[in-house]
Amino acid sequence: MEEHISTYQPKSAFERWLDARLPIVRFSADLMEFPTPRNLNYWWTFGGILAFCLGIQIVTGIVLAMHYDPSGAGAFLSVQRTIMRDVNYGWLVRSIHANGASMFFLAVYIHIARGMYYGSYKAPREVLWLLGCVIYVLMMATAFMGYVLPWGQMSFWGAKVITSLLGAFPVIGDPITKLLWGGFAVDSPTLNRFFSLHYLLPFIIAAVVALHIWALHVPGNNNPTGVNVKSKADTVPFHPYYTVKDMFAVSVFVIVFAIFIFYLPDALQKTDNNIEANPLVTPAHIVPEWYLLPFYAILRAIPDKLTGVLALAAALGSLFALPWIDTSKVRSKRYRPMARNLWLIWVVGVFILGWCGSQEPDGHVFPGGAGPVFIDYGINTVTWLSRIAAIYYFAWFWAITPLLGFFETTLPVPDSLATPVLSHPATVPAGAAAAPQTKG
Amino acid sequence: MRLLSLAAAAGAAVLAAAPAFAASTQAPLKDVRWSFESPIGFYDQEQLQRGYKVYKEVCSACHAMSMVAFRNLGDKGGPFYDPNYKNPNDNPVVKTLARDVQYPDIDSDTGEAIHRPGTTADYFPNPFPNPVAARAANGGALPPDMSLLEAAREGGARYIYSVVTGDGTTPPAGLTVPTGKYYDPWMAGDLTGNWKGDPKNVPVGGFIAMPPPLTANRVTFDDGTPATIDQEAKDVAAFLTWAADPKMDERKELGIEVMIFLVVFSGLLYASYRSIWRKVGH
Repeated sequence: MEEHISTYQPKSAFERWLDARLPIVRFSADLMEFPTPRNLNYWWTFGGILAFCLGIQIVTGIVLAMHYDPSGAGAFLSVQRTIMRDVNYGWLVRSIHANGASMFFLAVYIHIARGMYYGSYKAPREVLWLLGCVIYVLMMATAFMGYVLPWGQMSFWGAKVITSLLGAFPVIGDPITKLLWGGFAVDSPTLNRFFSLHYLLPFIIAAVVALHIWALHVPGNNNPTGVNVKSKADTVPFHPYYTVKDMFAVSVFVIVFAIFIFYLPDALQKTDNNIEANPLVTPAHIVPEWYLLPFYAILRAIPDKLTGVLALAAALGSLFALPWIDTSKVRSKRYRPMARNLWLIWVVGVFILGWCGSQEPDGHVFPGGAGPVFIDYGINTVTWLSRIAAIYYFAWFWAITPLLGFFETTLPVPDSLATPVLSHPATVPAGAAAAPQTKG
Repeated sequence: MRLLSLAAAAGAAVLAAAPAFAASTQAPLKDVRWSFESPIGFYDQEQLQRGYKVYKEVCSACHAMSMVAFRNLGDKGGPFYDPNYKNPNDNPVVKTLARDVQYPDIDSDTGEAIHRPGTTADYFPNPFPNPVAARAANGGALPPDMSLLEAAREGGARYIYSVVTGDGTTPPAGLTVPTGKYYDPWMAGDLTGNWKGDPKNVPVGGFIAMPPPLTANRVTFDDGTPATIDQEAKDVAAFLTWAADPKMDERKELGIEVMIFLVVFSGLLYASYRSIWRKVGH
């Protein structure tokens, strides 16, 4: 794309003085002026929504930490009695933080899906994509450790199941697990170090987000056509065009968020987590939070524990590899009908995996019996459905996506992203449209 | 390596343990209507007062409610909230209720162990000094703390109502009820081991260690409401909902204001968006 030249003019003697020493005002002005494709749709607003989510989680988290007691004896009481009952608006802050985690993941999944659909991971945006994947993994680690902090039954047993997975690795598994636990079982020391890490990781996420945004501003935004920006006429300044659009999207997103905060505060929480952690009583169903369910299903689909853990890691690793797996020259799946359909099936597969993760492994998919046993489980069980979905999950990455680039027939791609593809022509006739690029 | 295999076994046991519980069954919960169900539904203060009476005179003999203090009874949305006493510690009803209880303390001059009348800041008294004593007095079963009972059970208030009214249901012929236990179709459980009838028709439900707690006229309601089992069960379930979620009224009230603000704010932002983009094709 075109070189973005700074248009900032220091207006006062102080600004000139500062600009020569720390051009922070120029930096901000350039960010606001950043030429952005004019055809971005609402799927592109989720970047802003995610920045908002991170900010909300950090602010509410800092307030919660002021009242939280990270000890096995005091954690449950400090959350359920101090924060929920005695701290002014503590119930509100906790509801925002707990439901905020789910909203954060909802937004990140949409953001990832948008990147996949429009080919935003392809050259020259591979590093941008990799940083995004790093943020996603850090988010999962942070959310998992945050879920342990209320020290309810599901907190405790979730921590036990997930940390025990590391024990599957030969030689190093045992010492790593003990290090993580701070002893020989999940207990107060585990909670203490999880609290410490849960407070640390969001700031690492914020740092990687800064890199992510930096990596975005080098090649600039992709857009729904996937066609490169060719001239200034294809773009508008980020501010006010996308600041206002992002703010509108954030506001609508907050409406959905508020429905959960005020009317369904416990809808995404397991009732078992309102019982204090008890190492002697195992809950009937140990299920992770919804955003981790597809990976949990992949883990359980494989009978051997170590292989299961490796498959889980591979499921995430495949995302990192996507820019190099995809061989197609066309970015946007708008012009790749076959790729679009096969990807949509993959999305459905991820939902199926999520459902499988929430069910018992020997539960029946269709009403009736388990069906004839194949290897270990009946064919009408959740285990076999998750195996089929997991196979498609990996096949899409490692077979379908690389091969499609050679065999698929793509639709004609527009020459430029401007006039021919505009879905909403300007309501004020030509001529006026030339104005925005020069507007400060 | 032994620890490794222990950890692996623990993890595998946890993963494998789940299916063993899969046979747990329960009758469909009874359908009860509550004043606080809808997004604009709030607690019925008279019902909370009746429920408190059932809790105090019946439940609290065995169940603790360690997270609720007397002052909470006078909080906004609580059973004894009085707009004349914004500070619940000044509420005379709450003060009297607290004063009726004796709390162990130390004499501030001599350091000797004494008992003093409760204050509004005191949490509800625990019927047993420790969980071991609670188990010993209840045939080995630990009566759960009731502070969060409603939030900790699938189905919430309806579950509590169903279990309490279903406790002591005459067991079907062929079901052996262990000594000291009662059959309850609404208690989640697996009765296969105690069933002698057709293995395909194992009764739903489970056993509960709590004797049927309610009888007609077990309490006398101050507002003259007839104290039927059904009424007592409904009221105590409503009270326990309040105990688990005392900020619900406040939450829903604030929610209405926030929603109105957000809708108007979004409308303004949308208008700004349309206005700014008016001259740009996109």
